[in-house]
Amino acid sequence: MKRFSQLLVTLILKTSRNDKISVLSEYFKYTPDPDRGYALGALTGTLSNPGIKPSLLRTLVAERIDQELFNLSYDYVGDLAETVSLIWPDTAPYKEKLPSIAEFISKMEGTPKAKLSALISSFLDNANSNERWAMIKFATGGLRVGVSARLAKTALAAYSGCLLEDIEKVWHGLTPPYIGLFEWLDGKTGIPKIQHTRTFHPMMLANPLNIEQDFDRLDPNDFQAEWKWDGIRVQAVFDESNKQLYSRTGDDISRAFPDIVGELNGKAVLDGELLVGENFKALPFNQLQQRLNRKSPTKMHLKNYPAFIRVYDMLFYNEDDIRDLPLKIRRQKLEDWMKQVKNSRLDISEILDFDSWSRLAELRTEKADTLGHEGVLIKDLQSKYSPGRPKGPWFKWKRDPKFLDGVMMYAQRGHGRRSSFYSDYTFGIWRGNELVPIGKAYSGFTDEELVMLDKWVRGNTLNRFGPVREVRKELVVELAFDSAHASSRHKSGIALRFPRINRIRWDKPAQEADTTETITSIM
Amino acid sequence: MQWINHELYIAPIDAYIDPIKPVDKAIITHGHADHARPGHQKVLASRQTIDIMKIRYGEKSATSFQSMEFGKPLRINDVTITLHPAGHILGSAQISIEYRGQRVVVTGDYKTIPDSSAQAFEIIKCDLFVTEATFGLPIFQHPSPHNEINNLLKSISGQPNRTHLIGVYSLGKAQRVISLLREAGYDHPIFIHGALEKLCDYYSSEGINLGLLRKALAQDKETMKGAVVMAPPSALRDRWSRRLMDPIICQASGWMTIKQRAKRSGVELPLIISDHADWNELTSTIDSTEADTIWVTHGREDALVHWCKLNRKNAEPLRLQGRDEELEI
Repeated sequence: MKRFSQLLVTLILKTSRNDKISVLSEYFKYTPDPDRGYALGALTGTLSNPGIKPSLLRTLVAERIDQELFNLSYDYVGDLAETVSLIWPDTAPYKEKLPSIAEFISKMEGTPKAKLSALISSFLDNANSNERWAMIKFATGGLRVGVSARLAKTALAAYSGCLLEDIEKVWHGLTPPYIGLFEWLDGKTGIPKIQHTRTFHPMMLANPLNIEQDFDRLDPNDFQAEWKWDGIRVQAVFDESNKQLYSRTGDDISRAFPDIVGELNGKAVLDGELLVGENFKALPFNQLQQRLNRKSPTKMHLKNYPAFIRVYDMLFYNEDDIRDLPLKIRRQKLEDWMKQVKNSRLDISEILDFDSWSRLAELRTEKADTLGHEGVLIKDLQSKYSPGRPKGPWFKWKRDPKFLDGVMMYAQRGHGRRSSFYSDYTFGIWRGNELVPIGKAYSGFTDEELVMLDKWVRGNTLNRFGPVREVRKELVVELAFDSAHASSRHKSGIALRFPRINRIRWDKPAQEADTTETITSIM
Repeated sequence: MQWINHELYIAPIDAYIDPIKPVDKAIITHGHADHARPGHQKVLASRQTIDIMKIRYGEKSATSFQSMEFGKPLRINDVTITLHPAGHILGSAQISIEYRGQRVVVTGDYKTIPDSSAQAFEIIKCDLFVTEATFGLPIFQHPSPHNEINNLLKSISGQPNRTHLIGVYSLGKAQRVISLLREAGYDHPIFIHGALEKLCDYYSSEGINLGLLRKALAQDKETMKGAVVMAPPSALRDRWSRRLMDPIICQASGWMTIKQRAKRSGVELPLIISDHADWNELTSTIDSTEADTIWVTHGREDALVHWCKLNRKNAEPLRLQGRDEELEI
């Protein structure tokens, strides 16, 4: 844990990507198994931990520090792990050696719930504040030290000389503490063998289209276009006995969608958009959200919001890896496979008919509201299926945003880099003389604007509810959003899709913000 | 206490302590810009605070200056004023005011741990204690400055091809960090930004050992490779720093306790070296003064006021205007 805490402290303060890679490489090279593998799991989010709940930490602190002093400190720091690690009284007369990561995990797992508090307290007593911070981060998950899974894997490639591409190919078939992976990286064995039809494969993502630059140089005949559906991107991985559904980040979401998983026939790895609706007619995203919010669905959910997959692409045809074949061929194979194998919850994505970019532009706006898609995807017919977001082969061209003027009602502190800023805002619109919340937004502004917004929130606070401040209903912000839907989530009865701050209207009086009637009329 | 109010105005002698607007009579605790301002008629302060005000604002920055020695009382009408060292920067003073058998102590900014670049803090027993609260939250428990200087020295020897650029406030912090480095045996020349020169010269003339200092402006990249360069925080990411060899950005400040804060300011090597009392110093000082009423000024007043109440002391926040925490880097 000592080394690990030094690693995290160094990582969080390094800004250069190369520096981070070199610090990580050193760590992986010189840290013994299984600690380096657990650290890798923590950094990449693959390590599931017995887990300290934030509430347990709060209880432990409450036994040591006055509640009000803790709350004021937490409000100031904004991050629970950091607050606890700094405020924890340094009272131990002498310190015992800190456990290794492996010892930490095994002690946590081997301790009955009733004795967990005492164990955690003794760990924290024996540590300095940086070590406390690292242990809490490790045990609560979500390190937020500015290292993506991709960066961690890049560091693995850097220290070992193995190819990043090869690491990516086997990555999802392996688990912490990654003993086999490190044996290969250290040059002691060959690349680990994994079962491809039972593993998640990193997805290929599209880049936003730059209309001015891209259309001039691209020939429409080289591309295929499809609707970009507003659901969640999924990968279905299945054979006769094993059927799994993964989210874009590789999380197994099979249990939440038994209606799809139970109906998968054949053997393949497919890429598509998960949607809800009868007869492959997609309902708006907020209806899908009813299903996303639960780990397993009720009968009512299965009946009202049946799920299906609009299939975009095929990665494995039976057991054959077809990712390196051109999209044109993969699409042909997908169509053949769909004809041969009966699948009641799979629907192949429609190929749009267009001969010029201007025709595609028309299609994109024509059907946006009737079909409820969020734009179009444009894919090079010759493209391989390459994991990540390679520049060039695939583009997304989203529908144009809509706008409304909302009034800031509440503000909450952000996390990570923004942890001492009020950066998450709730906005409202007028219903008669009353402002009613319509949604939250926490992006779309510059760092300078964030400083100004934060200052405004602090200077215009009416009330505090824990981490939330109620502010004077005076600041108008123009929100951009993709679409609006009826929803019981907010008091306004309206939910916005992808709301973000388009500009801050320091000049506009709150009375001139939008009303529920105007927004309902564009739904 | 009827004769001193929340603006730190002392009625019987018609004087303010650290006023933010020009006044007729001002008593100044120390030379930082949020306490010492130009434009007063009469200024009463320690000799060094007056010197510093003249260096920063000019000889005529007040109509008249009257200097006081530490520990030597001055009687005006029925009021007795005494300055006692506050340990914050060179010349920084706590102001003790006695009137009709009651004593008020106004700390200005202070710290209680030893610092060879400032006179050592003294505890003065009083009835009303007016304390700062810059680091008035229990999360602020500053480590020993020697520990931080060791981290810096380790980083310097570990990365001899890079320049360590340390962000320091030009008055007090700069000279403290330099003197800590000298105490730790670092005897290479230290390069300083132009904004630090006059005050470093002044500290040296007052007998503080800063060793060999050189202007950073006149050097080329190669000379400052592996060296320590000091500049005000505003210059860290300015064009000014482009002349340095692959700099490691360091900042010496109590705020560096909070990692996310260090990260946000782009600081790679935070040095938790503070010229303000941390939580433990604040609370133990309040106890030691035996004051039964505590006024808490600039900083995180709420937590310290709450602590006082938990410990059965009367306490009020002052919320003085114009004290800018970000200045106190």
